[in-house]
Amino acid sequence: MSERASVQADEADADEDEEEQAPVTTGAQSVVRALENAGAEYVFGVQGGAIMPVYDALYDSEIDHVTMAHEQGASHAADAFGIVSGEPGVCFATSGPGATNLVTGLADANMDSDPVIALTGQVPTDFVGNDAFQETDTVGITQPVTKHSYFADDADTVGTEVGEAWALANEGRQGPTLVDLPKDITKGETEIEPAPPKKPDTYDVPEEADDEDVQEAADALAAAQRPVVLAGGGVIKADAADALRDFAFEYEIPVITTMPGIGSFPEDHELSLEWAGMHGTGYANMAITNTDCMLAIGTRFDDRLTGGIDSFAPDADIVHVDIDPAEISKNVHADYPLIGDARATLRQLYDAMPSAPDADEWREQCQEWKAEYPMDYETPDDEPLKPQYVVERFSDLTPDDTIVCTGVGQHQMWASQFWEFTEPRTWVSSHGLGTMGYGAPAAIGAKLAAPDQEVVCFDGDGSFLMTVQELSVAVRENLDITYVVLNNEAVGMVRQWQDAFHEGRRMASEYPWIPEFDKLAEAFGARGFRLEEYDDVEETIQAAREYDGPSVVDAIIDPAENVYPMVPSGGDNGLFALNERHLEQL
Amino acid sequence: MPGPAPDERMRPDGRRNTQGIRIDPEAEVTHEPREAVLSALVKHEPGVLSEVSSLFSRRQFNIESLTVGPTHDDGVARMTIVIEEPQPGIEQAKKQLRKLVPTISVTELDQQNTRRELALIKVSGEKPDDVNAVADMYGGQAVDVTAESVTVELTGSKQKIDAAVGAFEQFDVQEVVRTGTAALERGADTLENDD
Ligand SMILES: Cc1ncc(C[n+]2csc(CCOP(=O)(O)OP(=O)(O)O)c2C)c(N)n1
Repeated sequence: MSERASVQADEADADEDEEEQAPVTTGAQSVVRALENAGAEYVFGVQGGAIMPVYDALYDSEIDHVTMAHEQGASHAADAFGIVSGEPGVCFATSGPGATNLVTGLADANMDSDPVIALTGQVPTDFVGNDAFQETDTVGITQPVTKHSYFADDADTVGTEVGEAWALANEGRQGPTLVDLPKDITKGETEIEPAPPKKPDTYDVPEEADDEDVQEAADALAAAQRPVVLAGGGVIKADAADALRDFAFEYEIPVITTMPGIGSFPEDHELSLEWAGMHGTGYANMAITNTDCMLAIGTRFDDRLTGGIDSFAPDADIVHVDIDPAEISKNVHADYPLIGDARATLRQLYDAMPSAPDADEWREQCQEWKAEYPMDYETPDDEPLKPQYVVERFSDLTPDDTIVCTGVGQHQMWASQFWEFTEPRTWVSSHGLGTMGYGAPAAIGAKLAAPDQEVVCFDGDGSFLMTVQELSVAVRENLDITYVVLNNEAVGMVRQWQDAFHEGRRMASEYPWIPEFDKLAEAFGARGFRLEEYDDVEETIQAAREYDGPSVVDAIIDPAENVYPMVPSGGDNGLFALNERHLEQL
Repeated sequence: MPGPAPDERMRPDGRRNTQGIRIDPEAEVTHEPREAVLSALVKHEPGVLSEVSSLFSRRQFNIESLTVGPTHDDGVARMTIVIEEPQPGIEQAKKQLRKLVPTISVTELDQQNTRRELALIKVSGEKPDDVNAVADMYGGQAVDVTAESVTVELTGSKQKIDAAVGAFEQFDVQEVVRTGTAALERGADTLENDD
């Protein structure tokens, strides 16, 4: 229960059966009413002068406010809430520094198409442009990293604008929106109830793809000898994971996911080749390189996925399904562009397929690659703990719907490689922006979105230090989250690249001065564990899981461990390196 | 990890070009940049110009000119954007522009569009008759004349104005202001009905 809710619990009980909502009297109340109308459950934020009227209106609302330690945390928590729930996550910040602290989270949400709505306080309109105390041009700063940023200039319409921002964040290709709220507007009087959330009339959302185009694409797929499906994050966003499964099972086409697409297809299924890209599986990258027809759905062909464009799926006809027309042929030319919602379009394709492709040999080939390039690591007893082992054991011990959050770095890659994902909306990570510090607050948003599911956050020591203060929030809200710091006393991913590409000159990448995270956890009021031995892995994980509240496992891992396979930046997916020697050959 | 080394793995011979288009070994396709005139109706509200120009700069589209002004409809402004890009870049620019919330519609005008630019050119006032004569040649006219200076107004294509500015050099050009290109489709088509 949030702190406001606990203060008010008694009062709330008293007027529980009071159904009728009081009419709005101020812009701020209209803002909160708009969020209520939209169905917002939580707001993540930090107080401040310019946003105070909105908080005052929130005092009377059923919406729970979660006070975060830092606004960056608020934006990441809202982002994760959006990923897990599918509904926009809401974050609040005051003007100036509050608003600028949100920017990283908005940029992150923008890259990953996560639905987020940010409401920021602003100095009164008379002061705007005067370099007033805590003024920044929030709309100007955030415009490039949101779907749209609104500047509210009328108490009568501010609530409707918030509703529009909500609808815009949610519809079509999801993403972040922002409404900047000058203090005189939120304090201003109005009696006008906000209109229900409605997308702007200039924003078009395609539904179904053109039938003729679908037929052509289906014919091409059915005629392929080496077909693959490449499922991106859009499959999850469109709730199309079930449609993808039906399609792939029926036509027996191997499925590769992108990293944001993890969870869209069960990784334990024979047809799954898991995920492709820089640190994706060898078999997924072999299949990408050798396919002759790729059905790519809801992916923006990020360079971490494609490697060098010249060598990406060089033999393939590409069927590209996306709800955002601007994604079609942005990075990779689409031979069969299908503009539409992933779920609807997959159903159309399912119906249009004249037959299953004749691809027995290809499927066998894919299985051979799985045997040739298994995801593997060495676990000698006398060496420090391998991070992969920790992830793998944890995955074995938990239910399928456990939600995994991460920071950014090697630990993120190990989590994605060695956890076995089978369900959508269980993988919560920062992909496009690659934001260190994402994990700790994201786990909070994820847990609140899915209180009945287990949440584990694999973090790096560097990433965790960037937002560790959010532990105080997990403690206050008593959130049952297990943080596992894969502690290599380094910003390991940087160190790995320095060793590989900068002759081992480890400039600013080793962190021998980091705190003992188990003790830090205790200082915050969480449970702390220290893990060093193979023999203790299972017991420690179980103890952390069983603890009812946030716990932190400081897992002291082999600092020399690196992430493989690896496609060097801009390289050829088929030429992934399995070790240092391979890297030198490339 | 076992498995064949990189150079021993199965792989096809194909390639893609930098635009992600598969290269046909018979006829290697590369798209050369060309000029495109985009015309957009946008909501006439504060911040739209910066939203559009920031889109073009962050996406690295090569802008030749961007003009904006009100239309007969109070709530709507019209932008004319001239870019030079390979075909896929032009398509991408249109689609990105369409995505902006204040954008109502976007179209690329065909090559036969009516295209004008306005320039004011201030030159030394020493030889007013000669200045007038050159202005006449380009269909321009003097709009401000003093003992020291003559200001000539000209409209026409970018090329024509470039040429005129060149011709005025002989009179010691002191200042030039140009509006950039404004353009409309020839014939009866309008943006609302052909987007
Ligand atoms: C905010 C931010 N700053 C810098 C980077 C660059 N960076 C990418 S990975 C990485 C190392 C991360 O270290 P850590 O969190 O300890 O994880 P590890 O790689 O050791 O598992 C760094 C510094 C980043 N991604 N994000």
